[in-house]
Amino acid sequence: MSTQGTAAATSVWDGGRSPYAVNSKKFGMWLFIISDSLTFSALLFAYTYGRVSNPNWPTPFHFSPSIIFSSIMTLALLSSSLTMVMAVQAMNHGNRKAAGGWILATMAGGALFVGLHLTEWLNLINNEHVTPAHNPWDVPLFGATFFGITGLHMTHVITGIIYLGVICQAVFRGKFKAIDVEVSGLYWHFVDLVWMFVFPLVYLLSAKI
Amino acid sequence: MSAHEEVLEHGEGAGTLTFVKVWIALLALTGCEIFLAYEQVPVILMLTIFIGLSVIKAALIIAYFMHLKFERLSLFLTLYPMLIFCILLMLIFLGDASRLPFMRPGP
Repeated sequence: MSTQGTAAATSVWDGGRSPYAVNSKKFGMWLFIISDSLTFSALLFAYTYGRVSNPNWPTPFHFSPSIIFSSIMTLALLSSSLTMVMAVQAMNHGNRKAAGGWILATMAGGALFVGLHLTEWLNLINNEHVTPAHNPWDVPLFGATFFGITGLHMTHVITGIIYLGVICQAVFRGKFKAIDVEVSGLYWHFVDLVWMFVFPLVYLLSAKI
Repeated sequence: MSAHEEVLEHGEGAGTLTFVKVWIALLALTGCEIFLAYEQVPVILMLTIFIGLSVIKAALIIAYFMHLKFERLSLFLTLYPMLIFCILLMLIFLGDASRLPFMRPGP
């Protein structure tokens, strides 16, 4: 074989090996995350457009309970991301018991987030009389964008809790590999990442001062 | 997967202390955002600062928690330039939003 032929055979783009050096499951999850990022980007952009273009945009979020609740929800999600990282690390070191425990802690953080979020929704619906189509300030876009964005995000969190539940029971039973925990971690961190935009744009930008 | 790639996937990365530092940084940035929400700042300026802080937080999560800092550059280049470009295309229209309140006819 010529020198040129040898060089071509060792190229990472020549086939037979991954140019990204990542597992196919992980790459698949990354592609899903990028496509889902575009969905949330479009929704958040539509919300921001409505918020900036309307000087009469409602500011129904009182410091107590709305901003306090949403801040605790942020703390819960950020902390659950940390516990997820610890789960991945424990799994990489072959410690399944610790990994399962950390995943359970992550699920608890997610469950706390969902519980507080539903309480916050009920407060908005019952006390501020905001629904997806109507509100006392006659800005129907507010309810539509608020419930649309936070509802889609909450759906992702609930899906994540179920996903982690499936992974967790398998980890305790000695099934699945470290990469499976890592891929589920990617999804969970993405859910956390989206909230980093939803919290300031939707809640803080409409806080009642 | 070769043994070398297995090491690349699991052997490199940040330690527990680094993850805790990133978590503290994320909490601190969130605290800054909450503080800013109660300052008398024009909406556009506040929006710009919020998005700036959120991008920093997102970058920390992606780099450390999602491990992208320790992956090959080719993975980042395949995934992110397209996403950033699409978001920038959307942001082109944001200028219209800030002009709209001044374009409405008076009472």
